[in-house]
Amino acid sequence: MMLILASFGCGLVFGLGLLISGMTEPEKVLGFLDFFGTWDATLACVMAGAVIVAGAGFALARRRSAPLFAAKFSWPARNDIDAPLVAGSALFGIGWGLSGICPGPALVNLAGLTMPMIVFVAAMVLGMFGYELWQRRKVAGETASEVVAATAADG
Amino acid sequence: MHHFTPTSGLIGGALIGLASAALMLSAGRLAGVSGILGGVLTTSRDRAWRLAFIVGLIAAALIGPLLGTSGPARLSSSNLVLYAIAGLLVGFGTRMGNGCTSGHGVCGFARVSARSIVATLIFMGAAIVTVALVRHGFGG
Repeated sequence: MMLILASFGCGLVFGLGLLISGMTEPEKVLGFLDFFGTWDATLACVMAGAVIVAGAGFALARRRSAPLFAAKFSWPARNDIDAPLVAGSALFGIGWGLSGICPGPALVNLAGLTMPMIVFVAAMVLGMFGYELWQRRKVAGETASEVVAATAADG
Repeated sequence: MHHFTPTSGLIGGALIGLASAALMLSAGRLAGVSGILGGVLTTSRDRAWRLAFIVGLIAAALIGPLLGTSGPARLSSSNLVLYAIAGLLVGFGTRMGNGCTSGHGVCGFARVSARSIVATLIFMGAAIVTVALVRHGFGG
């Protein structure tokens, strides 16, 4: 129960931070991404403030053996730079540049129940499912071809 | 139209960092919004804390205005096809690349992860090129 409450609180503060910083306004985000127009550097300040505070908190977490309401820390394990990381990030960047919306602000803005945000979030969820489905098919395909290869070897 | 607002940017950013630090210290989880949402959609395990975080994000837009923040963005409905295409790219791309502005950007830089820093430079670069093409590229 404490885990759920803490997680809700973190989402709430995260969302308030997005609203206060102006990052829920796509025009403001696009103003940062528009290097050849009237550039608005606000997003860089948001990143700087967030990275410094998160970095201090993570350093504190590294010195503890376990989080308060869970069994262990789940730090990301990977540090390799592979093709999906590069291609996926590029696709995300194109979508972000087209709209000025990334996943956090999309969910905060969903509260307004405006048509553009409903369409964006529905498409985003569909895109996530699409990737998952593609991955499962790929895995299933690989397993199937292994079976074929094994049968062929037997024959 | 929009002006540089460094103070509110830093304060809002600090709150985002605080929430990210608090999620790690309390739940042991990284505050990556695309990963948290993706997990709700695809895994059957530990959905509860993920859903709670997402409900918190949405609640912020309802509670925030009572505390003096702006409300959810009001966008024109004339570009729904564009938002559909952008949403698909953001959803597919963040799952394929394993993160977005929060997970790779904020948390990745805070962890000094080479993988996340590369991802952030790529999606920011791709977004900057996209905006340049859309706003200035086609004879504009």
